[in-house]
Amino acid sequence: MLLFTFLMFNFRTRIVREKMVHKFRMFDTNIVVDVNSGAVHVFDDISYEILDYFQDYDRDALVRKFSDRYDEKEIGEACDEIEKLVQNGELFSEDDYDGILPLAEEQPVIKALCLHIAHDCNLRCRYCFASTGNFGGDRSLMSPEVAKKAVDFVIAASKGRKNIEIDFFGGEPLLNFETVKETVDYARRREKETNKNFRFTLTTNAVLLKDEHIRYINENMHNIVLSIDGREDTNDRMRTRVDGSGTYRDILPKIKKLAESRNQDNYYVRGTYTRENLDFSNDVLHLADLGFKQISLEPVVAAEGTGYEIRREDLPFLFEQYERLAREYVARRERGEWFNFFHFMIDLSQGPCAVKRIRGCGSGHEYVAVTPQGDIYPCHQFVGIEKFKMGDVYTGLQNTELQKQFARSNIYRKPKCRDCWAKFYCSGGCAANAWQFNNDINIPYDIGCELEKKRVECALWIRVAESMRSE
Amino acid sequence: MKHIRTINGATLKKSTSKGGCGECQTSCQSACKTSCTVANQSCEKK
Repeated sequence: MLLFTFLMFNFRTRIVREKMVHKFRMFDTNIVVDVNSGAVHVFDDISYEILDYFQDYDRDALVRKFSDRYDEKEIGEACDEIEKLVQNGELFSEDDYDGILPLAEEQPVIKALCLHIAHDCNLRCRYCFASTGNFGGDRSLMSPEVAKKAVDFVIAASKGRKNIEIDFFGGEPLLNFETVKETVDYARRREKETNKNFRFTLTTNAVLLKDEHIRYINENMHNIVLSIDGREDTNDRMRTRVDGSGTYRDILPKIKKLAESRNQDNYYVRGTYTRENLDFSNDVLHLADLGFKQISLEPVVAAEGTGYEIRREDLPFLFEQYERLAREYVARRERGEWFNFFHFMIDLSQGPCAVKRIRGCGSGHEYVAVTPQGDIYPCHQFVGIEKFKMGDVYTGLQNTELQKQFARSNIYRKPKCRDCWAKFYCSGGCAANAWQFNNDINIPYDIGCELEKKRVECALWIRVAESMRSE
Repeated sequence: MKHIRTINGATLKKSTSKGGCGECQTSCQSACKTSCTVANQSCEKK
């Protein structure tokens, strides 16, 4: 990465005006990212080499340096083109987002809930961060009363925001589907009174999924997340019932039926890969072979010593896996076998605005989790950690200082993120992962960062490849 | 240009004019429950 730091400090926001360019080569394509502007370019070999020296060498020095391998005229042309990008603000552009940082840190507005409709589960997945469904507490179901209080809470806390999101999560929410339905009915009544727009999602392991659920889900849920890890042996190694048996053969027809009933849109089959299936690209492709069009597979976040945690020495192999998947992804989509992989999605021109990218995922300040008892935590992964309890749906947020800490935990407050080229793509990473590994929400989980950077590079290469092939 | 092809311009800078309305989807509500990814979300105003 090329990092150029102007000696221009804004002491009000403490942002250093850094010019940051990230360049990488993938499958014979030289890709250059101007981090601060969001511009993405493809360079030929000569301009790619010159770029490293462009800021420090004058034109004559560049000619001398490269004239043994390149024609002088070519060197001059490449320099002119680089200079043109600089003049256009598409290369070596400044970080001047200090003006919008207050927008990102303004008085937080909660507008998304992860509603833990059931702290119980019919599965005993080995890697479950929710301690097989109960989040370390008693097994319990959310009552309709608590759920309705949560709806009231988020309507009030969302202030002027129109769109409100509620994810029915668990444990397994189908264990408490009547409360799901009562909550939706109640929220729909209240959205009319309050001029809000509720979007519901549901995350399920699909074991209990029946036609009546599918009908209801399709009528009421904006998105649905269906848990499956990929190949049968991969899935059944981790995703097991109480008796230890696997779920693949049971859930697959149900998940397929639901995906088809939604015309292969507004859903995800979502899985987790671990050290026990490092060749996870085969699991993604297996799901694609089964006909699924919306696929997400995420690395496990597990403590050292579990045996299935991702280790630093696994990274080179995992990088190869992402590259293999990227190449196959482009090839399949080109020949009409389209599918979407969640971590390869990047809308370069109409993605999130800069304020959103600075705000990050919103955990603890825009997005909170509510337990079956009505307790509020920064997100689903903090549930059960007493010091992160923020309040409850009856009395509201008690620990507003914690909410402010999460709002301020952004890419400009995290030293490691400030100097990272990928900061506007991951937006600072997962606070829960940071806490789990470093006991500090402002110190990102290192292995997660490395995987994220690789995924972003692959996503950029895919955009480049598809853009060039469509011309 | 002969040596450089621009795939995407300075769209991030331009996005500041949208002002951060906050109406867009929270990333963990899509399919991401353990690894934060924000850039793959959509802008509500697009």
